[in-house]
Amino acid sequence: MKHLSNVFSTTTGITVVGLIFGALAVWLQHAGNPGNMGICVVCFNRDIAGAVGLHRAAVVQYLRPEILGMVLGAFLASMAFREYRPRGGSSPIIRFLLGAIAGIGALVFLGCPWRAILRLAGGDAHALFGLAGLIVGVGIGTLFFRMGFSLGRSQSQGKASGLVLPGIMLGLLILYLVDPQIPGQDKSGVLFYSIKGPGSQHAPFLLSLGVGLLVGALAQRSRFCTMGAMRDVILFNQWHLALGFLAMLAAAFVLNVAFGSFHWGFEGQPIAQPNDFWNFLGMVTAGLAFALAGGCPGRQLFMAGEGDNDAAVFVVGLLVGTAMAHNFGMASSGAGIGPHGAAGALGGLALCLLIGFFNCKRGA
Amino acid sequence: MSHVIDSCGLSCPQPVLLFLNAVKENPHGPYSVLVDNDASRENVSRAARNRGFAVEEEDQGNGVTRLNMVKT
Repeated sequence: MKHLSNVFSTTTGITVVGLIFGALAVWLQHAGNPGNMGICVVCFNRDIAGAVGLHRAAVVQYLRPEILGMVLGAFLASMAFREYRPRGGSSPIIRFLLGAIAGIGALVFLGCPWRAILRLAGGDAHALFGLAGLIVGVGIGTLFFRMGFSLGRSQSQGKASGLVLPGIMLGLLILYLVDPQIPGQDKSGVLFYSIKGPGSQHAPFLLSLGVGLLVGALAQRSRFCTMGAMRDVILFNQWHLALGFLAMLAAAFVLNVAFGSFHWGFEGQPIAQPNDFWNFLGMVTAGLAFALAGGCPGRQLFMAGEGDNDAAVFVVGLLVGTAMAHNFGMASSGAGIGPHGAAGALGGLALCLLIGFFNCKRGA
Repeated sequence: MSHVIDSCGLSCPQPVLLFLNAVKENPHGPYSVLVDNDASRENVSRAARNRGFAVEEEDQGNGVTRLNMVKT
């Protein structure tokens, strides 16, 4: 079978995809999503965890259609281009743990790499510390890869097994339609809805879902990955994915300036916490977890859509980790880090280092 | 006889890393890399072309592609 040529994985392709993602994110922000949070994979998974009651932080509960769309869009694109291939079995429980740790670390900073880009593009100077932490975390990950780190080989699985995570996302979508938001009420059917705080700020449902589907499809084709962008530069001096990352930053920055939503500085930034030591360290932890798992949280959604059940397990770990981050006081708020945020970031980092050391020179 | 590298089932960045480690030992090849997903196929091919290899794809069935790489 001849492989279909893939224009999206060319240099031009990944750059255009990055530009589109930056533009779509700013559009979502202007359409109602929280500040500098057009798309945040970790925050939105945390909001979904809240919507289904895995945590009860009343200000961050909303079944974000973007996430559902990102998985389903990647699933549909992989089907259309004959790339849907169920596989799994590469240390699933370790991937679950990495997903949970990544969620906890990212919520100390208050954002995944996607939001780190959008925060910087909106002028939030704290993002510089988060991005620096991410580079250090991914850099530590590349040291493990140089020492032969591997979580082992995955195996092909039955056609139906790859449908589980897309099926869960479709189920959540149906739940959203069955139990829609009722203005002024914090619950509709079984779903929780924030009536104040970031969870109450969202773009219209169809726009969020449509953007999610488009992002999922484009990312599946282009292999867009914000962690891979840094990893490939550090490990191979390969700038392909970095072009997508930089294009997303550039597009969001230019549009923020054009539409008056660029405000440079440390003060008064939306959904940001002021302690930059922990902004940095939270993202070291998250960056290392992403690197060891082989993809940023967005890429994990897209790979799960293609049938990669190891990525699906990471996503489930992320949902649980973000819920625990709020249940156990590890998530930050505008006031500062949570009472157990430092323990979460440092404990997560220690676990990642152990996972790294104990999985070198195996499987390859 | 080309050196065969089996990267099936390995996730990013291991397929590219295995290939580049082999190139470090023997810069001239030739190499054959087995890949079983499209992201790895593209990534290994890109890395090989950047290092002056011509890449030819050979379908092995069951979703596995053999990338035959010869220094040009």
